[in-house]
Amino acid sequence: MVTSNFEYFAPESFDEAAALLAKHRDAAKILAGGQSLLPVLKLRLAAPEVLIDLSNVPELSGVSSDGDGLTIGAMTTYYDLSQSAEIQKAAPAIIEATSHVADVQVRNRGTIGGSLSHSDPAGDMPAVFLALNGSAVARTRRGTREIASDRWFVDLFATALRPTEIVTQIKIPTASGKSGSAYAKFENPASRYALAGVAASVSIGSDGNVSAARVAVTGVGSKATRAKRTERILIGKEPTASVIRRAADRAAAEIQDDLTEDIHASGEYRSHLAGVMAEQAITSAVERAG
Amino acid sequence: MTLVGESVKRIEDPRLITGKGTYVGDVSVPGMLHMQIVRSPHGHANIKNIDVSAANSSPGVVAIFTGADIAEQLGSLPVGWVLDEEMKQPPHPPLATDRVRMVGDAVAVVVADSIAEAVEAAELVDVDYEVLEAVVSAVDAQKSDAPQLHEEAPGNLAFKWEIEGGDWAETVKNADVVVKQDIINQRLIPNAIETRGVVADYNPGTDQITMWTSTQIPHLVRLLFTLVTGHPESKVRIIAPEVGGAFGSKLYLYAEEVIAGIVAKQLARPVRWIESRQENYVATAHGRDHISTAEIAGNKDGEITGINVVVNANLGAYLSTFAPLIPTILFGVMLAGQYKIQNVKCKVLGVFTNTTPTDAYRGAGRPEATYLLERMVDRFAQEIGRDPVTVRRKNMINAFRNGYETPTGVMYDTGNFKGALNKALEHFDYQGFRKEQREARRNGKLLGVGFSSYIEITGMAPSAVASSLGAGAGLWESSTLRVHPTGSVSVYSGTAPSGQGHETSFAQMVASQLGVAMENIEVHHGDTDKQQFGTGTFGSRSLAVGGAALHMSLEKVIAKAKKIAAHQLGVPEKQIELVNGTFIVEDIPESSIGFGDVALEAYLAKNLPPGMEPGLEATSFFDPENFTWPFGTHIAVVELDADTGEVKLKRYVAVDDVGNVMNPMIVDGMVHGGITQGIGQALWENGVYGDDAQLLSGSMLDYALPIAKNLPSYETDRTVTPTKVNPLGAKGAGEAGTIAACPAIVNACVDALNHLGVTHIDMPVTSEKVWRILDEKKKAHPRRK
Repeated sequence: MVTSNFEYFAPESFDEAAALLAKHRDAAKILAGGQSLLPVLKLRLAAPEVLIDLSNVPELSGVSSDGDGLTIGAMTTYYDLSQSAEIQKAAPAIIEATSHVADVQVRNRGTIGGSLSHSDPAGDMPAVFLALNGSAVARTRRGTREIASDRWFVDLFATALRPTEIVTQIKIPTASGKSGSAYAKFENPASRYALAGVAASVSIGSDGNVSAARVAVTGVGSKATRAKRTERILIGKEPTASVIRRAADRAAAEIQDDLTEDIHASGEYRSHLAGVMAEQAITSAVERAG
Repeated sequence: MTLVGESVKRIEDPRLITGKGTYVGDVSVPGMLHMQIVRSPHGHANIKNIDVSAANSSPGVVAIFTGADIAEQLGSLPVGWVLDEEMKQPPHPPLATDRVRMVGDAVAVVVADSIAEAVEAAELVDVDYEVLEAVVSAVDAQKSDAPQLHEEAPGNLAFKWEIEGGDWAETVKNADVVVKQDIINQRLIPNAIETRGVVADYNPGTDQITMWTSTQIPHLVRLLFTLVTGHPESKVRIIAPEVGGAFGSKLYLYAEEVIAGIVAKQLARPVRWIESRQENYVATAHGRDHISTAEIAGNKDGEITGINVVVNANLGAYLSTFAPLIPTILFGVMLAGQYKIQNVKCKVLGVFTNTTPTDAYRGAGRPEATYLLERMVDRFAQEIGRDPVTVRRKNMINAFRNGYETPTGVMYDTGNFKGALNKALEHFDYQGFRKEQREARRNGKLLGVGFSSYIEITGMAPSAVASSLGAGAGLWESSTLRVHPTGSVSVYSGTAPSGQGHETSFAQMVASQLGVAMENIEVHHGDTDKQQFGTGTFGSRSLAVGGAALHMSLEKVIAKAKKIAAHQLGVPEKQIELVNGTFIVEDIPESSIGFGDVALEAYLAKNLPPGMEPGLEATSFFDPENFTWPFGTHIAVVELDADTGEVKLKRYVAVDDVGNVMNPMIVDGMVHGGITQGIGQALWENGVYGDDAQLLSGSMLDYALPIAKNLPSYETDRTVTPTKVNPLGAKGAGEAGTIAACPAIVNACVDALNHLGVTHIDMPVTSEKVWRILDEKKKAHPRRK
């Protein structure tokens, strides 16, 4: 449990961090809360030559909101997310997800930007990010771009982030009309990651029918994925228990060729659990929208 | 002053919970080097070549040893229990020389100035392996085309052990019903919170080896180390400092202990090795791993007449120190349990496979036996359509105070099985539960209750009996009680705790008998230069055997002190008694002398009774005439989630009888921990190997340990049936919970699905297993929700 040797930098400004990353590119890893990276280093599954620690870079933490939505600093810890009244109001699914992440020690260190950049296939935050239609602000020395959550998750532990980019903010847009969000998770009894986790965000129109819905699944396939068939079944209908159940049943429909199978659960069981969790998440999201 | 039976707070806790305990990892010796072990990544392979040239030139490297370099000095790890002459004992070299037989087998050691340099260099050791076919299941390993692990053990068979009491064949002929069931008791990985570790120091001037090691058996480590290496026992000191959990996994001589000792001697430098958690998963002994077939026979009125069991016991790649004992004697003789079953037959095949060796894990053999028997009692009850409690009660042995001989030839000491069952039922409204269960089923909810009435074998052990059964060491225990001139007391016990609170329990005994304040009593353990000998801590023996030895020393010290007091006070000894730390003369309360003053007189020696030796101390050896036999009944209530299959534990009632109790709080703590480990096995824990002999559950990310949020508050109580085997009347409490919990939980899960015709679920009862059962039933009867 000893890491390989690496060079460690703790830059004190974003530009300094970005310059280091531009210099070392693939040889470097960004260190945020370290809750995924350090175990990987200790197990020697990765041996980066350079670590760039963002702890001393100012203005990467904190939550703010305006009419457009929430802006969350990438270095905001799970604990700080869980304590934010603004998030509780606008995106309760985030609060729910943080309560499911590991233990107190991890929540005190782990960050939202770190989680999304790491993109664990069974992480909680990726599903919530997708369901809330979030986007990540990626910045280099030269400029900034915003990457939509729908384009963020590329493959197993792979995101749309380029080697010289650093995530600085996560943006969550304000949902239209009466809306609610929720996250439901069935834990892997060993790792406590998701065997199946489902985040749902639902808006209800003035006619009482679902006007918009985003549902995303984690833990079931190689990356967090939208459950678009579930969404299509919901949209335009009154969210009755039977509609929700029918929609939830299709939660893993998009991932049938990409089901995770391991000693903890078959793909078939994960797929089933996705349906059960989707029903719970959608039901609470609808209640919250009401 | 009486402290016996009181929940005195543990005196070892302040230092442990404030981070002031000294574990092996806290030991530092000047000039200490660090050792990293190169381990096999393959389950089975020939070693073609080991190239250490690149590693040798890595920074900080002091030395690298391969098996070929030091095989002779390292010898072969011994087996401490030999069942019979037929048992195969293939060599177990601490460092493999020509072949590796499991993932984690040690092939080389790198010694460097720092652990980081040792780890870096170890990665550069280039081992050329010729990978061989591997086998991981005890059943597959016996097939004719299975890869062979050891030339000495054809068919991968280490031993075949059989026992029969009564006549099984006749029992089958006469029985109304015979129920047969295949049952798996899965592999477990102990996961003590402190991994193993060794610091070895060698003094070239005195030829003395001093070794700090995280072990349950310091004296046996010394003995076995000498047997293996030839280094004189008188020149070896083993120190077990604080030990952070063991559960049986630190009950053996391990390769790393021999390697560290010999490397320190070769280099004449201190060497440190601390096992990483990753290594701990493959290099520290595992537990259980039985594939069994059981048959239970009986009559329609509920009488159970016999049980027959065939077990394929997976021993792993080599025989660990006590491996042959666990699945045989500690298992087979227990198969009649609390019942009047007169016919018991058991055959055990001990099998080598390309896996980490298995050995004792909390309960060691008794959990396997109890699970099998209590599962089969439920199977039988279900088959004849009778209530599981009624069947248990009908077959239970009546209360006895002077021994009960089982058909397997062992003598239970004392018992009141129905007493414990009745008390458990007092805590649990059984009829009320059945009503609730029926209502719940109507609402689509799946509730179940499971019973487990167990008896176990503890207080190890009567040495002559153990020796006749194969033990390679006496299993008595010793104590020295030394009263200092100022009246404070040092106790030296051969037991070696790993969290059980011996210091408190033993100090309570001394305080209550001598009247010395708790803070003036020091209990020493785990150092072979302090304690003359001891067997260690395992098999729930420390109070029943080690405490009994202390009791004997207390009696000797009191007897001598009384003589001194009588002499000082000028009265006959028979007129004196020791009350709360003061010797007082009968009827003359003003004539008295404090215990501390007597101690001082013993050392001043100016006015002792004629012929008496100075000093005030005693050493005693206690060798029990029998084992002790704790028992009890546990009840578990579960609810199965109809959507996910998840097992939710709703209630857990435990009534244990561990004989007399020294410290109820400590016993409760052990019961709680034991139950939790049992629940862990029943619902979550599973050591899984792939067909390529890779350990798939090789980290805490993949091996599911129980956590507090998934457990209910336990309801515990006791009955007290003292044993006559030792003067304390104590039986032993360390393992009971683990033994009882598995069948209680699994029986509850099966009970919850009883109405669907489910008869058995193998452990761990995962959510997916339950979901599959429900899913299949749903598909078979689509209209039934």
